[in-house]
Amino acid sequence: MGLEAKLKQDGFFTSTVDALVAWARKSAVWPMPMGISCCAIEMMASGDPRYDIARFGSEVMRFTPRQSDCMIVAGTVTYKMSHVVKKIYDQMPAPKWVIAMGACTSSGGMYRSYPVVQGIDQFMPVDIYLAGCPPRPDNLLNALMQIQEKIGRTKARDFQDRPLPELPVIQNN
Amino acid sequence: MDLKELVTYKLKEKFPEVEFDITDYKEQLAVTFDKKNIVNVASFLKDDPDLQFKLCEDVTAIDWARRKNRFAVVYHIFSLKLNSRIRLKSDVDESDLSVDSVAFVWKTADWHERETYDMYGIIFNNHPDFRRMYMPEEFEYYPLRKDFPLMGIPGSLPLPKKDE
Repeated sequence: MGLEAKLKQDGFFTSTVDALVAWARKSAVWPMPMGISCCAIEMMASGDPRYDIARFGSEVMRFTPRQSDCMIVAGTVTYKMSHVVKKIYDQMPAPKWVIAMGACTSSGGMYRSYPVVQGIDQFMPVDIYLAGCPPRPDNLLNALMQIQEKIGRTKARDFQDRPLPELPVIQNN
Repeated sequence: MDLKELVTYKLKEKFPEVEFDITDYKEQLAVTFDKKNIVNVASFLKDDPDLQFKLCEDVTAIDWARRKNRFAVVYHIFSLKLNSRIRLKSDVDESDLSVDSVAFVWKTADWHERETYDMYGIIFNNHPDFRRMYMPEEFEYYPLRKDFPLMGIPGSLPLPKKDE
């Protein structure tokens, strides 16, 4: 295997910190499953033994935003729900990534009417738009691999000196 | 005695002063009357031992858009004893959108009336918990009215601020 072949001689190898950190980051993307409607069923299916999201190091679905790297927004986001999605997104520690899973999340989908946000990119950044209604689990895994590729291209200094966002304090909400 | 005769007889006997318009369309019985009698008629239909309309299945409204009485409130009630449904209808004009609540007669009407208020803007008096059902509390419009555009009013529903 690759690593052992390099270790045959003196027992160390050279790399860059950037490459090492990016490799570590992309190999364990912990998703925040923001399952809002039917896409969440396919997201759950991608975690089962048949599709097995664990092959990509993402089996740890964290139900708290504070321990996750990648938010999978799976479902129709209404105007009322948009505040919740944004609040949870704001609570995730940077660096963070977002998959807009499915037609509704990406563009409003078939819900072209007054209560549905016509694409979550109106209020938060999105890294991958995932087509399908709902997308098959393979498609979600493909999106995850693209996120990994994206993370692999990052440098550690990309996230330097980024101020923490000031979160509004809302009581009784 | 079929359902129409029974309901007609019972209502005429109990409320001789109220004008009822009882119509039968495709075996669906509809009773139309003035909205100020709604609580009395509803409690009578529920408590009468021969009728026992104990289940309120739906409360909704109709927006006729151009008619003189613009709205109509509609109650679908079901009697387990007779195994049949009737529909109660009352006209509501835009100048006075209030109707007395039947939430104290049928408890299920509570949420149905809130939904009707949310979507059509009909005010139910003496409702135990009168708030909107789906739309945010500060929303100013009523989405199922005919003059509400399908895509909504831009800017009427706030989105979270996008940070740069």
